[in-house]
Amino acid sequence: MQHLGDEKIKELELAANDIRQSIIEMLLIAGSGHTAGPLGMTDIFTTLYFHTLRYDPKNPLWDKRDRVILSNGHICPVLYTTMAYAGYFPKEELKTLRKFGSRLQGHPHREALPGLETSSGPLGSGLSQAVGMALADRIDFGRATEKFFYCFLGDGELNEGQNWEAMMLAGKEKLHNVVAIIDRNNIQIDGFTEDVMPLESLRAKWEAFNWHVEEIDGHNIASIDRAFNEAQSVFEKPSVIIAHTIPGKGIAEFEHRPEWHGKAPKKEEAEMALRELRTLRGQIMSEHQ
Amino acid sequence: MLNSYLKLNTKVFDKDVEMVPIRKGFGEGLLEAGKKDERVVGLCADLTESTMMHLFKKEFPLRFIQIGIGEQNLASTASGMAAMGKIAFISSYAMFSPGRNWEQIRTTICYNNANVKIAGSHAGVSVGPDGATHQALEDIALTRVIPNMMVISPCDALEAKKATLALAQTTTPAYLRLAREGTPVITTLNTPFSIGKAEVYFDTEKPVATIVATGALVHKALVAASELEKEGIATTVVNLATIKPLDEETIIREAKRTGAVVTVEEHQIRGGMGSAVAECLSKNYPVPQEFIGVDDQFGQSGTPSELLEHYGMGASHIKEAVKKVIMRK
Repeated sequence: MQHLGDEKIKELELAANDIRQSIIEMLLIAGSGHTAGPLGMTDIFTTLYFHTLRYDPKNPLWDKRDRVILSNGHICPVLYTTMAYAGYFPKEELKTLRKFGSRLQGHPHREALPGLETSSGPLGSGLSQAVGMALADRIDFGRATEKFFYCFLGDGELNEGQNWEAMMLAGKEKLHNVVAIIDRNNIQIDGFTEDVMPLESLRAKWEAFNWHVEEIDGHNIASIDRAFNEAQSVFEKPSVIIAHTIPGKGIAEFEHRPEWHGKAPKKEEAEMALRELRTLRGQIMSEHQ
Repeated sequence: MLNSYLKLNTKVFDKDVEMVPIRKGFGEGLLEAGKKDERVVGLCADLTESTMMHLFKKEFPLRFIQIGIGEQNLASTASGMAAMGKIAFISSYAMFSPGRNWEQIRTTICYNNANVKIAGSHAGVSVGPDGATHQALEDIALTRVIPNMMVISPCDALEAKKATLALAQTTTPAYLRLAREGTPVITTLNTPFSIGKAEVYFDTEKPVATIVATGALVHKALVAASELEKEGIATTVVNLATIKPLDEETIIREAKRTGAVVTVEEHQIRGGMGSAVAECLSKNYPVPQEFIGVDDQFGQSGTPSELLEHYGMGASHIKEAVKKVIMRK
């Protein structure tokens, strides 16, 4: 894959900004949901869907597609929004998040929306499913398969023991096309991860399970792109990208604050957030510029 | 007497009736299903031989996944394989799967409506000396409560084989309950089996009660019915192999015929097969019902026959329950 040029990087950064605005808008209408995680992962989702991933939004069940497995289902606003921008469904539908009868359930439901690969919400089971998909794919196509299985995990989610069962299995089976992405934002519901249940040294733990480990700035599009490229080029091990992110990224009031993990912005907060995103934190004066 | 139409094993009441573990039927069925359909895969959590999955593993090593002792990963990995078009069979002891991994089964298998078949072996107190930790008495309740799930509890090894083959042709989640011990062979190759169909295995003229049994205790129910017939009490015995979806038509028809029901299962009374029958009858055709099963207790070590007697699941207990339920009519 081609590495990103400056122009493409700028384009992706602007797309990420748009997606953040849509996330704020949808959460405001929904009246509940998670804010910090989706904003923190927006740059990675944008890079994945608009540069790295192989998919066809008009044919969501295309059998050669890469798979995206969202294990930390509560950050689905970023997945839904990115999918809408990618053309899976009209952006207008984002307003139905968490509403009765919506395809955009509060936590993802595979049966509800084409393009979702799994249902998730209860933490810890996504990596197992990604590993299962890769194992099934290997039975059919051997190690020459072109598919990749991208599994998103929260850092707090790693408290769940099932992750480590799946890590052992992927390491044992040398599933090179499984790529785990950890949202290392250091917060979970009850506070900072290292207070609730320390994860460090995270790199050493994954390495000990026979994974190739990369650590990146999860907001630097060029770094994200390099990380996906590297993960695709490592053939003897599964890869994990530990993406250091800022929860609530893009809105100063939300950043780094655990209380924004599980709530949606109110009207004034949303207006403030949208103003901040539209003016790139006051770098440009007019919202229409 | 035995319902001749069903071509049951005529030696079923003999002392030297052939004894085969129900789980063996699963192993043989899976092997055959694997030969018929290359999409069939097997996953096991370090109990490959005792769940009889080794037969499949030996023939199809590349379609077998050794998960190690991790039943949560077992369930969700299978869900992932099913998402790619596989027909995934997972096996462990019932206490661990669906016992340990219930939420993974609920979310990643049933909510996803994934094509995963869960074989839970060593169910019931008849696993014996291992004691209460290994005696799954709650698994029917755990599985039948989840939407999209089928629950099947075969009465012998041949029926387990037929059930396994039938399940391999379905596309939705299922739980297959298996027992460890040698169990009398009740059916023959010619006995019909289809998912969702209960069969009247023992029939009499002018019956006064119906015994609805499932799993390994169907044999005890037949023995009880045969002895009751000699005492002049006419009953029918229904083999309820599929607990969900429930064959309501047969249950209601038999309740109307006899006006009294005794349910028989090697499981907790609360939430089990008897509860499923009661849910159906109380709504459609209420009749007096007695429940044979474990009455809100844990098991313990012992021989299978000691334990079945101690917890009130022997043929004599079934006979008593029939006499009691008739008095309540």
